[in-house]
Amino acid sequence: MAKDELNTFKLVGTRPDRPDGLDKVTGRARYGADFSLPGMLHAAVVRSPHAHAKIVKIDASKALALDGVKAVVTRADLPTGLTGDEWDLQENTLAGEKALYDGHAVAAVAATSKLLAEEAARLIEVEYEVLPHVIHVDDAMAEGAPVIREGAADPTVPEGLHPNVVKYMEFGRGDVEAGFAEADLVMEKSYKTEATHQGYIEPHACVGQMGSDNKGEMWVCTQGQWFIRKMSAAVLGIEASQLRVTPSEIGGGFGGKTTIFMEPLSLALSKKAGGRPVKIVMTRSEVLRATGPTASASMDVKIGMKTDGTITGARAEFRMQGGAFPGAPVDMALYCAFAGYKLENVQHIGYDVLANRPKCAAYRAPGSPMGAFAVESLVDEMCRELKLDPIEVRIKNGVQTGDRASYGPKFGSIGLKEVLEAVKDHPNLQAELGPNQGRGFAVGYWFNHNGETSVSMAIGEDGTAQVSVGTPDIGGSRASVSLMVAETLGIPYEDVRVNVVETGALGVNEPTHGSRATFATGKAAVEATQGAIKEMCRRAAAEWGIDEEAVEWADGAAQPAGPNAGKFPPMTIKEIAAKMGSTGGPISGHHESVPDGVGASFGAHVVDLEVDPETGRVTILRYLVVQDAGRAIHPSYVEGQYQGGAVQGIGWALNEEYVYDDKGRLANSVFLDYRVPVASDLPMIDTVIVEVPNPGHPFGVRGVGETGITPPLPAIANAIHDAVGVRMTHLPINPPKLLAALKAK
Amino acid sequence: MGQVTVHLWSGLRRLTDGAETVEVEADTVGEMLDALSEAHPGVKPVLDAGVSVAVNGEILNGGRHKAVSPEDEIFLMQRMKGG
Repeated sequence: MAKDELNTFKLVGTRPDRPDGLDKVTGRARYGADFSLPGMLHAAVVRSPHAHAKIVKIDASKALALDGVKAVVTRADLPTGLTGDEWDLQENTLAGEKALYDGHAVAAVAATSKLLAEEAARLIEVEYEVLPHVIHVDDAMAEGAPVIREGAADPTVPEGLHPNVVKYMEFGRGDVEAGFAEADLVMEKSYKTEATHQGYIEPHACVGQMGSDNKGEMWVCTQGQWFIRKMSAAVLGIEASQLRVTPSEIGGGFGGKTTIFMEPLSLALSKKAGGRPVKIVMTRSEVLRATGPTASASMDVKIGMKTDGTITGARAEFRMQGGAFPGAPVDMALYCAFAGYKLENVQHIGYDVLANRPKCAAYRAPGSPMGAFAVESLVDEMCRELKLDPIEVRIKNGVQTGDRASYGPKFGSIGLKEVLEAVKDHPNLQAELGPNQGRGFAVGYWFNHNGETSVSMAIGEDGTAQVSVGTPDIGGSRASVSLMVAETLGIPYEDVRVNVVETGALGVNEPTHGSRATFATGKAAVEATQGAIKEMCRRAAAEWGIDEEAVEWADGAAQPAGPNAGKFPPMTIKEIAAKMGSTGGPISGHHESVPDGVGASFGAHVVDLEVDPETGRVTILRYLVVQDAGRAIHPSYVEGQYQGGAVQGIGWALNEEYVYDDKGRLANSVFLDYRVPVASDLPMIDTVIVEVPNPGHPFGVRGVGETGITPPLPAIANAIHDAVGVRMTHLPINPPKLLAALKAK
Repeated sequence: MGQVTVHLWSGLRRLTDGAETVEVEADTVGEMLDALSEAHPGVKPVLDAGVSVAVNGEILNGGRHKAVSPEDEIFLMQRMKGG
């Protein structure tokens, strides 16, 4: 019988104190910028003030003449001959022939103090030849748009498209036109979303050290130390195994810390400075100008619906720019766009387009929020036109386990229906709404991910357990893994310590991304623990002189398996551990795999808001998140993920955007101007955890980190329409934009 | 080896002589990908850049040794990633 069917967990599902809580509230937690070494130098980066410019000459002589300046690096210091993704990473680390966006790194300098490094950076003279630039995706695809990089397109791009189109995708099934012909109502609309940043509190920071033998070490704030190692090694032309990367505590990532930006520069500078360690800490302005935001999108959606709400056909064409490099998440946006709907006739078309903006990085369910904004806005509009309940329409068309997804394969176990039923039952839907107040509803989806995973665990001499994991804890994975290991061992939660370790301590781990840590690392940790349990049972059997198959593990102790095994008192983990030095040595377990059995997660949000008709300001009154977690290992963290996703989505919907001036320079590169929601802007976000256990995980876990950012974009637009009757199709819906729409009504 | 049917995304059909489903001889995901590249060399750069494979609804990443059989439903998908 599967564990989730027993439902007799002692620890899974409880809410113990978080293991990192005291460190964080007392300031004891060590973040990226907290690390220091003797003889350490500080670095500053010279960045392009132009959106697109040829680099004619770089003269660092004045900087190098300053006393205390130890090294300057430019692209000429990096190896040549890289291709594909590795070339993209190197080009983004330091510009080569051209600066491709405002803020693109051009040179870096290391000096004995941060102030001196900044002074030296100002003395590095860069001669530019400014080139025409392009910022917006539709402009970048248009005839005559400046070409950012010839030959960047992959083989999927049909002939005749602008060279800035670097990837094309098309997929679907059925006959969409026949589906539209069958419909009673066909609507087609265009939508736009702007680029937003992940907005993590902690800026990127690292200390790198590398000698002339190309052996290096790095201490860095990252979601994935092995990715940092692999990418940095590629950019610098060194062997990955010669670079040891230790992750710090992390102050938020949301996908933006799954890649490199300035990290290789610390190593390159260190090598040039005779192996002295070099610290780089980005300013907030550098974070916003030069690290990956998400893409901006321009989207067309067409849907056919019958008067009973049945969707007969659906088509989406999405165009996204992800900066001056390939990688806009238009593919994932399309996969997620109609994922909640059971469709016979559906077509998707997508374009990944270059523009003179920073290289986009992953951001929480990459692409899904944009697609949801377009599709869920149009579905809402059609429901209103046909006077249908939007929740009932989702239930009517909603996918269930075994249904074919809009993107092709059939779904495994999913819980969309259960989520929608839970929404219907929630008291928030009964709340009275006043003048200029409205209610909006939307559904969101994310696949979740598995990825390369390696975990090691060891039993301590005192019968406690230490677990080494390779996935930095950005959302509570240490607590969740502790709970799962403690549950499996039958020992207290406090007796397990989970450590996020460096690259030399485990096999390769993918980053904490794709909502995978609690699923994949947790599953591997349970497997590793089972290995240790097997060894403990073997030791007990040897002590008792019986077959090891005659021993089972229960309640934190080895026990004879039934009356025929003999009568022995349980041998506790503490007793076994205390003797392990004399019974065969250390007891440990490990597991390495790409775990299968990923469980996808659907969520639905309901927002009540009020529009001030005189200013266009939107105030969130109530906000409800309902999402399928599979199994909430630590419900407080799950609720936190739901709330955090919702808040980021609210920011995307109402305020956040990259604003560029006519020269292509980012005009809002500080948090005063790039406005993320803060606690005082919002009510407490209500949450409901739906648990449809994932059969692919020993405790039923699905990833929960990403789905929650998806529904807020359309839910808020739908609520604004409900409140004041205007349909906003271009995010963010900031006060000036909404006021203009109200005046034009 | 068994003959398996692979559903491509239709944007690849220009690289597969118009085919949106391709039949190849393979007993594993890796053999399927290799056979696909051999049958349609234009697809190879796309496969080399990284794809995900869904077998009977399970999206595999890094599953070259996973067995496939003629009864399986196989979809080639864009490489999965997340934040």
